[in-house]
Amino acid sequence: MTNYYQKEIETAPREEILRIQNEKIRKQVKHVYENVPYYRKLMEEKGLTPDDIQSVDDIKKLPFLSKADLREAYPYGLLGTDLNDCVRIQSTSGTTGKRVVAFYTQHDVDLWEECCARAIVAAGGTEEDVIQVAYGYGLFTGGAGLHGGSHKVGCLTLPMSSGNTERQIQFMMDLDATILCCTPSYAAFIGESLAERGYKPEDNKLKAGIFGAEPWTEEMRQSIQKSLGIKAYDIYGLTETSGPGVSFECEAQAGMHINEDHFYAEIIDPDTGEVLPEGSKGELVFTALDKEAFPLLRYRTRDICVLSREKCPCGRTHVKMSKPMGRSDDMLIIRGVNVFPSQIETVLLNEGYTPNYQIEIGRENNTDTLDIYVEADPSKISDKIADIQDMEKGLASAMRTMLGIGPKIHLVPPKTITRSEGKAVRVIDNRKLHD
Amino acid sequence: MAITQLSVFLENKPGKLYEVVKRISEAGINLRAMTIAEVRDFGILRIIVSDAKKAMEVLEDDHIITTTEVVSAVMEDKAGALYDILQALESANVNIEYMYAYTGEVTGSANVVFRVDDIEGAEAKLREAGVEVL
Repeated sequence: MTNYYQKEIETAPREEILRIQNEKIRKQVKHVYENVPYYRKLMEEKGLTPDDIQSVDDIKKLPFLSKADLREAYPYGLLGTDLNDCVRIQSTSGTTGKRVVAFYTQHDVDLWEECCARAIVAAGGTEEDVIQVAYGYGLFTGGAGLHGGSHKVGCLTLPMSSGNTERQIQFMMDLDATILCCTPSYAAFIGESLAERGYKPEDNKLKAGIFGAEPWTEEMRQSIQKSLGIKAYDIYGLTETSGPGVSFECEAQAGMHINEDHFYAEIIDPDTGEVLPEGSKGELVFTALDKEAFPLLRYRTRDICVLSREKCPCGRTHVKMSKPMGRSDDMLIIRGVNVFPSQIETVLLNEGYTPNYQIEIGRENNTDTLDIYVEADPSKISDKIADIQDMEKGLASAMRTMLGIGPKIHLVPPKTITRSEGKAVRVIDNRKLHD
Repeated sequence: MAITQLSVFLENKPGKLYEVVKRISEAGINLRAMTIAEVRDFGILRIIVSDAKKAMEVLEDDHIITTTEVVSAVMEDKAGALYDILQALESANVNIEYMYAYTGEVTGSANVVFRVDDIEGAEAKLREAGVEVL
């Protein structure tokens, strides 16, 4: 028997959802136009006024926002309310120069937590459950979102934050946690740690897991489900749109329902910006329909996916998105951290290396590995092993400072990095993230 | 007189050593001595060849090569020979970064190669101790 957190809206007929969306978008565009000069200017450049947007069909006329806009408008340029009306700031796990700061009014926090509550109930959560939140707490939206959602549902919440696996396991076993929320790679790690300590999957009381914030495969789902003895559900979101819970998986475990009463989704051609017909693969774009403090319209997520309106056996009527199948920019997500190849190039130049490099990403024991191969300048290489190892260590440490994660550096002779048609192959991703 | 050793930086991958030896061989250069110092990801091939300049030419385009001056001493093939040599260096307070040996041209002798912090001091002390230095 399917449970819903907000049955009426989650199973509302298509026309009703459209009616709500149309009503909200008219109000929202007016709100943004009047309160966010940055976006008003973008609209004016297109000759648009709020009157031009009467329904969600008109959203395609609106200008896009991208990460570059967020950087330019940092920190307050896209704020839609008085700062005094805001009660919270969250930020991306982001790295130098790429950090996104998002603002929330109490209304925005409630809306976000309700989305997370829907995800928890869809994963089988009730007020009888004990939810272990092992996402990071703090600026990162993972911990805060699921924590808030858990409160809304009325679950007993274990605010563990991430890390300290020994303690995670102790609380999980002693306090009979029934739902685990964390990144899929950490879930896999906890599963392995339990096995190492001699626990069988049936020894824990877990029944479900809500995992997100990084790409994972169906294969990984199967392995987590087996090792923990649970059903594993995907959850999606970005700090820019509020956090996790923008969309979530139901019992069908086939695509994530987007909370369409709050977020309007489009699929566009990443090159032309044109809206693609339903069922096409393209870049996902979100318009926040009723967020107050950080009301992004047509925000380009850079995630490539497909939307589907096929009837879902769970009874929810909201559109489903596939797992992201890739990115439309060169951003890499490594151990949950956003990494741009351009940052690696900057470090190399700063440290006196040529920007001839190759990034190799792998996954060992469900944790991402990052290896950077760098062509070394022969005149700077010593014939002593220790000197070369010092150079590698120095570069690794400079990379860690810039990227937020530590890579393994390999110095290689000049002209040895694979080149295809003269152009160096910069990134080799050996992780199987997409089916 | 110190002799020139070439140090070639090699990735720890199949075919890397082969490629270097092939080039040297095809250029008709005699490989007199070699040793490899290795860690997990890379190694340094240290070689002494009949024609260091020519070996540089055939390799330097796509290899990281450094030249190092090393001391090469002739060592008799008998018990205590290395001890005598090391004792001479010890008394001169010379630090040995690394060393390796190869068969000498005269039967019954070996050449021992030292990378040291003080080449002149090492050579002088060795000669003083009656050790033949190449």
